[in-house]
Amino acid sequence: MDPKLFKFDTLSLHGGQRPDAETGARAMPIYQTTSYVFQDSDHAAALFNLEQGGHIYSRISNPTVAALEERISALEGGTGAVATASGQSALFAAVMTLMGQGDHIVSSASLYGGSVNLFQHTLPRFGIETTFVNPRKPEEFRKAIRPETRLVFGEIIGNPGLEILDVPAISKIAHEAGLPLLIDATFNTPYLCSALDLGADLVSHSVTKWMGGHGVALGGVVVEGGRFDWNANGKFPTLTEPYAGYHGINFFEEFGPHAFSMRMRSEAMRDFGPAMSPQNAFYLLQGLETLPLRMERHISNTKILLEFLQSSEEVAWVTHPDLPDHPDHELASRMLPKGAGSIVVFGVKSGSSGGGREAGATFINSVQLASHLANVGDAKTLVIHPASTTHAQMDSATMKQAGLTEDMIRLSVGLEDVNDLIDDFKQALRKAAKATGATK
Amino acid sequence: MKLQVRGAETFATTGGRPFVPEQPTIVFVHGAGMNRIVWYLQTRYFAHHGHSVLAVDLPGHGRSQGTFLGSIEELADWIPDLLDSAGVGKAALVGHSMGALISLESAARHPDRVSKLALLGVAPKMPVHPDLLKAANADDPLAYDLMMDWGTGPMGHFGRHPVPGISLICGGQKLLGMENSGVLGNDLGLCNDYQSGMETATKVGCSTLIVIGSEDRMTPPKQGRNLAAAIPNVKTQLIQDCGHMIMLEKSDQTLQALKSHLSST
Repeated sequence: MDPKLFKFDTLSLHGGQRPDAETGARAMPIYQTTSYVFQDSDHAAALFNLEQGGHIYSRISNPTVAALEERISALEGGTGAVATASGQSALFAAVMTLMGQGDHIVSSASLYGGSVNLFQHTLPRFGIETTFVNPRKPEEFRKAIRPETRLVFGEIIGNPGLEILDVPAISKIAHEAGLPLLIDATFNTPYLCSALDLGADLVSHSVTKWMGGHGVALGGVVVEGGRFDWNANGKFPTLTEPYAGYHGINFFEEFGPHAFSMRMRSEAMRDFGPAMSPQNAFYLLQGLETLPLRMERHISNTKILLEFLQSSEEVAWVTHPDLPDHPDHELASRMLPKGAGSIVVFGVKSGSSGGGREAGATFINSVQLASHLANVGDAKTLVIHPASTTHAQMDSATMKQAGLTEDMIRLSVGLEDVNDLIDDFKQALRKAAKATGATK
Repeated sequence: MKLQVRGAETFATTGGRPFVPEQPTIVFVHGAGMNRIVWYLQTRYFAHHGHSVLAVDLPGHGRSQGTFLGSIEELADWIPDLLDSAGVGKAALVGHSMGALISLESAARHPDRVSKLALLGVAPKMPVHPDLLKAANADDPLAYDLMMDWGTGPMGHFGRHPVPGISLICGGQKLLGMENSGVLGNDLGLCNDYQSGMETATKVGCSTLIVIGSEDRMTPPKQGRNLAAAIPNVKTQLIQDCGHMIMLEKSDQTLQALKSHLSST
């Protein structure tokens, strides 16, 4: 007998939303309001004291944002979710919900640069240290765990090196140490794999990217898996001991598998205030409606472009986990059977009259259909040349240390007709090769 | 709050307030394969409004130790021992599904210990589909999916939980999955074996509320009404657009119904 629970594609359209009871509106209304009228003083007190569910003030929760939260939670298979103004605020709020001064994080070194900055430079000012380890060596995670470690963190598809994190192996290491694993699943989305099913305990996203898909609204989210026993070892007092900031509430005792999200909303959203706007939540809901369809196209376009780039004589090298020569190809095939995402990195061949930096810059300056900008996961194809933009201050040796090369192009494959993309890349590659003397 | 009941450590939440046995006490009894957490949208209110609350993890469930008890009747007899341990003479019982059967039996068998009764998602008999029983006995997660499919009303499948951002169905699946091996199978077996609901109902002397979900497929409304008809002093409350997981799906309406019933004299 099969349970008749809604499946992924249906949840993308309907999760967290019903036709509006008052107006019949089919689309999710934008509840553009800061606050909500209480029925009476008893009702107000009950809401403030978490005796009843409901909305008080849109910094803490909002009906449009809540629909997005429930939808993403359903897609990820989580017990609940809290949306924030951006992916970075989601990560910060997750960390601050779990730990404080003197605590420690073990993180994959292959992360979005903003996350590296947060861990390396900002959190230490608040007394939280991070040890970065090689994502391809799970045992390094084990070795880096200290008595004061409170979190293990990584991205499934590393940025920009596209290393694949062995989530089941690292989850096992984290759990043996009594620690939760938080995965930033921005690059894979729940369509390509479920981080919670692979063993993660918490999942964060920059919803701005593939989840929204349109590049018009910023957003972040943290999803709670609901399986981690916060009470097992006394390491998570924010969840297992009375919280003086909220009437002495013990979140794990009272809310069990919802403890983390209840605490994050009650404290991080209240005190730090990284609220998502209802307008942005609406845009992001529109994006989520087509997530499965878009991801199919992202993946099919990526496969065709990989073939094109590999066969192009102006391309020096191509990296993507779906390629058999990628070091993590076998792991990617297991964890991401539908495809390992739509980010591709490749190098533009240089010649006698110009180096890789010039080749990459010329390619970028020559594309006409692809957009040159600092984002990923848009419906439109995006390209960036790290050596002339985000990492322009680095010399070649420093870039090499960071796993970058001067000729590297990061490509975020969009949804255009793939033949138009190939035509655009062909002409841009020809110009780059000509400019550097790689071809006549 | 930890209590010693029959020599086993028993855990209960008290709704965020210290437990005061001298106050009117309400004991919340969860259903099959669940634990105290299912009551989180009712317990805090009562605990902050003049009641003492025990949302208990039954033996072998949640954070309570001890082994499963072998029948609904045995669990019904365990309730007075719980009250003894908490220093409470008489309490109101609020039960859901299997917890409702336990509460019903307890009220009939121990009338001196039960002041009022509220039964949510209840029927005189609760036969369990063989496929569900088989999956539950095998600790197959299919059982959690079937429970949440059948236990959630049609509108509940879309979500829109009373608490912002919370997933009803995934939350229920994880709650069921949190329990130890064999818990759900044991509990469903107890429900399946229980046959004496109608006879027991006639022996209940205290004021009783039966809360019915209009779309309940596990304990259909007709069955709830049949049971109500056998209880001498009873009210029924129908909650529209609601399945079997009444206190989670329609937490506010459930709370209103309980407030009205438990606060009246």
